[in-house]
Amino acid sequence: MDWLNLVVFPVIRIVVLFVVLLTGFAYLTLLERKLLGRFQVRYGPNRAGKFGLMQPLADAVKALFKEEIIPNHVDKPIYVIAPALALVPALLIWAVIPIASGMPAVADVSIGFLWILAIAGVEGYGIILAGWSSNNNYSLLGALRSSAQMVSYELPMGMFLVSILILAGDFSLVNLVDNARPWWEWIWLWLAFPFFFICILAETNRSPFDLPETENELVAGFQTEYGGMKFALFMMAEYTNMITTSAIMATLFFGGWRGPFAEEIVWLGPIYLLAKIFILLCLFIWVRASVSRPRYDQLMTFCWQFLLPLSIGYMVISALLAVFLK
Amino acid sequence: MAIDYLPLLIMIVLGAGFGALVLILPAILGPKETNSQKLEPYESGIIPFSDARRRFPVKYYLVAMLFLIFDIEVIFLYPWAAVLRDLRVFALVAMAPFLLVLLVGFIYEWKKGALKWGE
Amino acid sequence: MPELPPLPTISQLVFTGFALFTCASALGVVLARNLFHGALALVATLFGVAGLYVMLEAEFLAVSQVLVYVGAIATLITFAIMLTRSMMYGKTSPLNRQWGKTGLFAVMIFLALYGFVGSIPWADSAPAVLADESMIAALGVEFVTNYVVAFEVMGLLLLVALVGAVMLARDNN
Repeated sequence: MDWLNLVVFPVIRIVVLFVVLLTGFAYLTLLERKLLGRFQVRYGPNRAGKFGLMQPLADAVKALFKEEIIPNHVDKPIYVIAPALALVPALLIWAVIPIASGMPAVADVSIGFLWILAIAGVEGYGIILAGWSSNNNYSLLGALRSSAQMVSYELPMGMFLVSILILAGDFSLVNLVDNARPWWEWIWLWLAFPFFFICILAETNRSPFDLPETENELVAGFQTEYGGMKFALFMMAEYTNMITTSAIMATLFFGGWRGPFAEEIVWLGPIYLLAKIFILLCLFIWVRASVSRPRYDQLMTFCWQFLLPLSIGYMVISALLAVFLK
Repeated sequence: MAIDYLPLLIMIVLGAGFGALVLILPAILGPKETNSQKLEPYESGIIPFSDARRRFPVKYYLVAMLFLIFDIEVIFLYPWAAVLRDLRVFALVAMAPFLLVLLVGFIYEWKKGALKWGE
Repeated sequence: MPELPPLPTISQLVFTGFALFTCASALGVVLARNLFHGALALVATLFGVAGLYVMLEAEFLAVSQVLVYVGAIATLITFAIMLTRSMMYGKTSPLNRQWGKTGLFAVMIFLALYGFVGSIPWADSAPAVLADESMIAALGVEFVTNYVVAFEVMGLLLLVALVGAVMLARDNN
């Protein structure tokens, strides 16, 4: 039994991946505050270090040394583990994302698509549990909204994933990026991208679909009763989710690690992937700065009456295309 | 092979370990100066007069049920999607009745107003 | 020097871990005094079972388990608990008046299963299975060939469930 290959190397890879992701999270918060500042014609954080580069560090230290408050009306065990449950799935999805030619981040399992779908299915638990265990009106309403919204938008997302799978004909994300696609398939894929992006925005509870935490009606939604590091964990979950879903979109729609010379020079692959993720993250922030929040009934009706039929139609046409053109 | 999935298991374990670590560290590092005011539920400044775990609209339950049904349909599409390129028209024809039934259900829901959130 | 027993392989370790996890959370389901905690223990149990499916090289089944049971049915169960006021408050006893009879039946079922499992001559090594990729594809082929009728009927079943769901949750006014 080869312990070195089976256990030690994966552990090293996973730890490196976690460190990269968490650093990414820290600087994503800074990027968002900087960009939002610029969108609103102000500077954003610029006191801690040059260009505010030390700001994430200061925030982390602050969160670490805050008092841990567990209010006495909450359901204690669930209240405590809920933030961790929100964060961990966001980290796990990365396992199957290819970072260079023929190389996944952690494990080349042949069911990459299904892994994404399965993890997306459990992602809502952290938020539901946080809202329920807090025993606070705002929290419970936020959690209810969030779970209904996340399951609803998971359906069109799943349909789009099936469509991409139909065209790719392969469950492995590594093969998906490795295999060449005909030009019409790219155009057809890009037609779906805006709608997929909308699903992702709703799945990650990002603005403008951040109804679970609308500050003007629900204070802070499901995280009202949380403070200190536990609150930071929810932030971590949200931003790590942004990075993760950007990586998924880059892989599915924009060729992942592909770019000029990426096949010959292996280390270029991760750089191209990071560049694509960066652009998509800026898109997330741009949307937050520009689009206002819909009402909750509009959000749900939009999903069930527009996005779901659209995604089913897209799936059917993808099937026809795959059968008659490939 | 099942052994291919070992890294995923390791990842789950490490992720859970990381989560636990971040939850435990501040409990050790942070100050502990609690008082009864700090531990009360937040209700925008008023004293809470009821438990928050009250009943909520059945609408949410309906969404969860509809999600369950459509989720099962999506799950069945996956093996089909994997063989579509090999079986071609045959697979398309076999899937058509399944999708038609789905369509009927969808139209029924729409007409019943189950897809519309609130009036 | 006496011969030491062989070290457990990784799969044996992982299997033991999953089995213990599943049993422990299953116990949690029946013993939890708070119904919501019981539901969460059920989620953990379903996860453990999914892990066992992966070890049996049934990845698709494992993913379906997580997606349908953990993602959808367990959400539904938690919603149902939240919808019924009396269940959410306080502690209910995990035992009711019928626990004696139920326990007897549980023991009988266990013994029957034990006898059944013990009487089967299990092969020492499993026959070679298909690679997992073709496994899902094989499932897809079966859906549209041998089991096509069952497949379409299942679509109808889902339609019935859907109509039932809409009727159950309709507004009375």
